[in-house]
Amino acid sequence: MNKVSKTQLPTERDLEALIEEYQAHTASLANADLSRRSVLNLSAAITGGLLLGFFTTGAAKDAHAARGDFQPNAYISISPDGRITILNKNPEVGQGVKTSLPMIIAEELDAAWSDVNVQQAHLSQKDFGAQFAGGSRSIPTNWMGHRQAGATARAMLVEAAARAWGVPASQCTTADSAVMHAASNRRLGYGELAGRAARLPVPDAESVKLKDRSEFKLLGKYVTGVDNEKIVTGQPLFGIDTTLPGMLYATYEKCPATGGRVASANLDQIKALPGVKDAFVLEGNGNVNQLMPGVAIVADSTWNALRAKAALQVEWDESEASKDSWTELSTKAKELSAQPRGENTIHTTEGIDEAFKGAAKKLKSFYSYPFISHANMEPQNCTAWRQGNKLEIWAPTQAPGNLGSFGAWPFLTKDLGFAEENVTLNMIRGGGGFGRRLANDSVCEAAAIAARIDPPVKLTWTRQDDMHHDFYRAGGFHALEGALDDDGKLLAFRNHFISFTIDGENGVSGGSMRAEEFPAPLIANAEISQTLLPIKTPCGPWRAPGSNVFAFAIQSFIHELAVAADRDHLEFLLEIMGKPRWLAEGNPYALHTGRAAGVIKLAAEKAGWGRNMPAGRALGLAFYFSHAGHIAHVADVSVQQGNKVRVHKVTVAADVGPIVNRSGAENQIEGSVVDGLSTFMNLGLSIENGRIQESNFDQYNMLRIAETPEVDVHFVDSDFPPTGLGEPAFPPLAPAVANAIYTASGQRVRSMPLAFNGMSA
Amino acid sequence: MISLKINGAVREVDVDPSTPLLWVLRDTIGLVGAKFGCGIAQCGACTVHVNGEAMRSCSLPVSAAAGADVTTIEGLAHEDGELHALQKAWIAIDVPQCGYCQSGQIMSAAALLKRNPKPTDKDIDIAMAGNICRCGTYIRIRKAIHQAAAEIAQGGAA
Repeated sequence: MNKVSKTQLPTERDLEALIEEYQAHTASLANADLSRRSVLNLSAAITGGLLLGFFTTGAAKDAHAARGDFQPNAYISISPDGRITILNKNPEVGQGVKTSLPMIIAEELDAAWSDVNVQQAHLSQKDFGAQFAGGSRSIPTNWMGHRQAGATARAMLVEAAARAWGVPASQCTTADSAVMHAASNRRLGYGELAGRAARLPVPDAESVKLKDRSEFKLLGKYVTGVDNEKIVTGQPLFGIDTTLPGMLYATYEKCPATGGRVASANLDQIKALPGVKDAFVLEGNGNVNQLMPGVAIVADSTWNALRAKAALQVEWDESEASKDSWTELSTKAKELSAQPRGENTIHTTEGIDEAFKGAAKKLKSFYSYPFISHANMEPQNCTAWRQGNKLEIWAPTQAPGNLGSFGAWPFLTKDLGFAEENVTLNMIRGGGGFGRRLANDSVCEAAAIAARIDPPVKLTWTRQDDMHHDFYRAGGFHALEGALDDDGKLLAFRNHFISFTIDGENGVSGGSMRAEEFPAPLIANAEISQTLLPIKTPCGPWRAPGSNVFAFAIQSFIHELAVAADRDHLEFLLEIMGKPRWLAEGNPYALHTGRAAGVIKLAAEKAGWGRNMPAGRALGLAFYFSHAGHIAHVADVSVQQGNKVRVHKVTVAADVGPIVNRSGAENQIEGSVVDGLSTFMNLGLSIENGRIQESNFDQYNMLRIAETPEVDVHFVDSDFPPTGLGEPAFPPLAPAVANAIYTASGQRVRSMPLAFNGMSA
Repeated sequence: MISLKINGAVREVDVDPSTPLLWVLRDTIGLVGAKFGCGIAQCGACTVHVNGEAMRSCSLPVSAAAGADVTTIEGLAHEDGELHALQKAWIAIDVPQCGYCQSGQIMSAAALLKRNPKPTDKDIDIAMAGNICRCGTYIRIRKAIHQAAAEIAQGGAA
């Protein structure tokens, strides 16, 4: 199992390693299951890179079986009355998978979407493969397996109808949850066929025919979210809405500087407060992903718990605690940036120094950005109930499963001592993910509290807890150097990245640059190096980790170079891309220069690149490739009175392969633009004496509706395998707006957020 | 005991009078549609109507709501079950991403449409300024408010 540091969340690379490991693991399980196929011929097992297990487990499975449902695999259940239930395997945190993943199955099943009832799957990685929300991976990693799941069920239903009619299966067609035989004008609904299909042998996975893209009826359409009605009528849906009989309510107070321990606390006073049932110190195990030391207060209502928390006085032992200071770290980084080359060279080409020496023109810039918080609208929370040696958990988490040292499970089993089979973890919809809920700290806290008391307990963090105990997107610094040749072409590029380390060895999440970072693989002379400064402040994946800040520094600097060369930015960028090719042949997660050029040209064309703009108003362009998505933004921005920035419109062109749910896809892009703008304009944290200085939305100024630009989304209709959209539309926003600000006003923005530079909306 | 009128029904609650209305709704009465986001009236996730006005229930002591007409997202639809025009527009335009802030957004929008049935973009900017959407669904929120206003103008359920 991939080793994950105790003191930081997994980086993107860790996640990728986990995915690979799980795919290998589930493939071996699939083979094991196939050997049982002849025995269990009531079900269909399908292979295809991912395991599709036999049955849903537990009560749901039994209920379906009792009704005589057709259950060809873990995902699909068709009852004799025609109801089609499709399970969503992964956590839903706003990225839309609860709608889009079942759509893929429904397409190949040829089910009418109106007949489909989507339900959240239980946690069973034996049945479903890896269950998590991260890395924009739900669509690409489940695309083929989900199609095969639907197609296998469809093939069995067709076979059942063909046998009933005594006609060849090849003469039967399907549509709208029914099988048809045109020659005899006969039709049987899937419900009518459920009993017969359930008795058929399972077709060989390779024999199941998938649809051609031209035959898709549902995919690519605008489909509204399956939970929309519950959301707009306020039904219980989110983790924080969990209510159990006799439930108590908990808060947990940790040291505001990471690593502080409880020296003493006024527990007797707290226990005497109205509604307080108990208060106690938890020592924790020193792992920020699990349980850090603190004081738990359990009360008969959230408000009584919160009031008691306000009266809590803790003396912290901060001998081991963080003393991080953003002011000091920034000063240190600025000094280091004078060095063109950092401590570790990640990528370099021969003759890089000579290339700079011989250049016609050279440029140096220093870019920086601060720490930021995830600030999910739903604060961290978790409900837990220990009954004897059993533990049940209700958690809005992005990482519910046992993924080795990643997630809550090692804590639940090793530290709390529950046997794995005695723990049930329910995945509940999360009010925003953005990477924050890959950490299960609140799950471990709730479980540790539940282990101490008899009634079920809901732990709710305050907004202040949430902002002070996040896994932050790390701040960072880039000393960039570029060189141009006599023709104004990009000759050489150097990036000294200054970031942070917690374990003294590895960069924090987003703090390790890859050798293939833009534009290194595209030009002859390039160097990437980095220097890591030690910190204790926890960092973790934040929507498009690394990319969300690298894009700002690098794509702004590319524009600086285009300006220095007196070249059109569009033409300059396309020249860097060169001829269409994969940068790593056979790797669908690699940059393809042709796809890049395609979206750059499309965004430019749709935005009217090159047209005359009024004084103080301009277009800015940026491209970025991340999470397998090729995305370009053109921002239309005006700058008034020198510092009033207004983003009027953002035109986005995206190539993420075929679109699954058009509504969800456009929503993710619109949201990424708003999120990107919020971050670029307003968001930043300061850290002093190990403490985050900002506590709530009055000091952490999320973008509001009035500042929201128009967003015009265009998709390239490519035939590449589909990839995810939760993250890749975020990174290009900041540089696109920064580049427009320069063209409109002559002011080059080299640090985020704008609000810290005296500029505002 | 404090007497509350929630979505037309009278409820007697035995809580400290300083308890914010939000926690009485969520913990005592069991209506969880109003959400906890910030606790200081900065994000709007807890928005409900008190005598028809949009209020941040996280910062309103329950004693201040005694005797008043309180409407929560659970009581916004019509008695016959027909959804409010805003709820219908929210579903049709597919506004939500995570969905957590949306009950507060809808309650702010409903208060706006009640006093201003044909809001301009500027009116929407002002009325919705107190509601944060972390997922960034503001474009669709604006569109849904305009669509609901148009439906109400044509006799739809407000």
